Amino acid sequence: MENSQNFINENYLNYIKSVSPRTNESKTLFRAFLVGGLICCIGQGFRYLFEYALGLSGNELAAFVSAVMIFLGAFLTGLGVYDRIGKFAGGGSIVPITGFANSVVSPAIEFKTEGYIYGLAAKMFVIAGPIIVFGVASSVLVGLVYYGIYNIF
Amino acid sequence: MRTMYFKNNPSILATSSIGGPKETTGALGKYIEIKGEDDTFGETTYEKAEKQMLYTVIKNSIQNAHKEIEDIDAIIAGDLLDQIISATFSARSFDAGYLGVYNACATFTEALTIGAALVDGGYLKSVVCGTSSHFSSAERQYRYPLELGCTRPPQAQWTVTGAGACVLGNGDGVKINCATVGKVVDFGVVDVNNMGAAMAPAAADTLYTHFIETGRTPDYYDAIISGDLGVLGSHVLIDLMWQKGFDISKVYHDCGAIVYKIKEKEYQGGSGAGCSSMVFCSYFYKQLCEKSLKRVLLMSTGALLSSLSAQQGESIPGIAHAVCIES
Repeated sequence: MENSQNFINENYLNYIKSVSPRTNESKTLFRAFLVGGLICCIGQGFRYLFEYALGLSGNELAAFVSAVMIFLGAFLTGLGVYDRIGKFAGGGSIVPITGFANSVVSPAIEFKTEGYIYGLAAKMFVIAGPIIVFGVASSVLVGLVYYGIYNIF
Repeated sequence: MRTMYFKNNPSILATSSIGGPKETTGALGKYIEIKGEDDTFGETTYEKAEKQMLYTVIKNSIQNAHKEIEDIDAIIAGDLLDQIISATFSARSFDAGYLGVYNACATFTEALTIGAALVDGGYLKSVVCGTSSHFSSAERQYRYPLELGCTRPPQAQWTVTGAGACVLGNGDGVKINCATVGKVVDFGVVDVNNMGAAMAPAAADTLYTHFIETGRTPDYYDAIISGDLGVLGSHVLIDLMWQKGFDISKVYHDCGAIVYKIKEKEYQGGSGAGCSSMVFCSYFYKQLCEKSLKRVLLMSTGALLSSLSAQQGESIPGIAHAVCIES
């Protein structure tokens, strides 16, 4: 029977591996650290601002800061700036919560041309969907483990 | 035998090419006939923009050949989008026969081969062959939304926003002398960002078959032009041909590697069904007409994957068709 395994040419694949350019890790890691750190500093700045100016604390404060950062991520995506930051920063702008906003807003903008229901709404979570699914699933799992440890020991 | 000879020498009567802002400011930009001011070409979606590009080059190539649409028997066209909608929807506006073809980025030479055979055999008097691609519509279909902040790996290529079309018929012009039909070759490359590596073995197979069956050597040609292997894929092809005993490095060019101004910025260069058609219909066709190039082997290369096949873990089969064009 025909099988795609038959097509693997080990010599060629090794040769390709040796001639393909590699990602310059020291450069990309440094950029990710720089931009990722900067985004977190901005978040921390808002945290201090809301704590001292509005007198918020605890979960309320955390939610407020998250909301502002998500808004900024979405806003910069809409302006077409966030993808440029991402091109420079790599993982540095994907990991913070602004990256999550970017991954929801960017397909929503892009697929608007196919209508609000089958385009925008249906495709909105095409990238963030897996993150949400596995995020919720792992939080349930961790919750069960935590419950087990807390009650048994 | 996979090589066919055209005894009546069908001619390329005229061409037309169009490119987006990035392409027209690239190294070959000044040769491109119609320069798009923005990448929407006055349309509301990128798919419609691509259709508009292909429609424009088909229309203009017919005009450049001093013909009317009634003189055209068939349009042979293709593109990268699902169900080749750009080709089909641009053909909708013409009162002519339509053959939709798909071989990914090798579609242009596939269309040329079929068109040349139909004209050579006397079955049709004149046909238009054209292909298109658009960065934003291809990106949407194969990769990520445009505004998503992600980085491209260094082996990636950039889909060309452009289209090219040419009118084939009997008359004065550069002649299509023969064509070698490619076969699907797969060496097991699974990296969807490394198209050059996936397509190079197919290009090497077609080129080798062409040399063996015609008895020609690389010296016979003033230029051997591949479609969109990119910088990396070009090196791989030269290496593979060297292993088979042919040194093509002196006459070899790749449309993808030369289309943009700065290689490094777009990594390995351009790709897409519109890459070889836009570059051939502008720069190389002009060189042929001016006789600064006399014998050219145009070999568009295609990666025959879909986003589904890639997700199901299939490797990427490649294909390449070669067409010999002489002035």
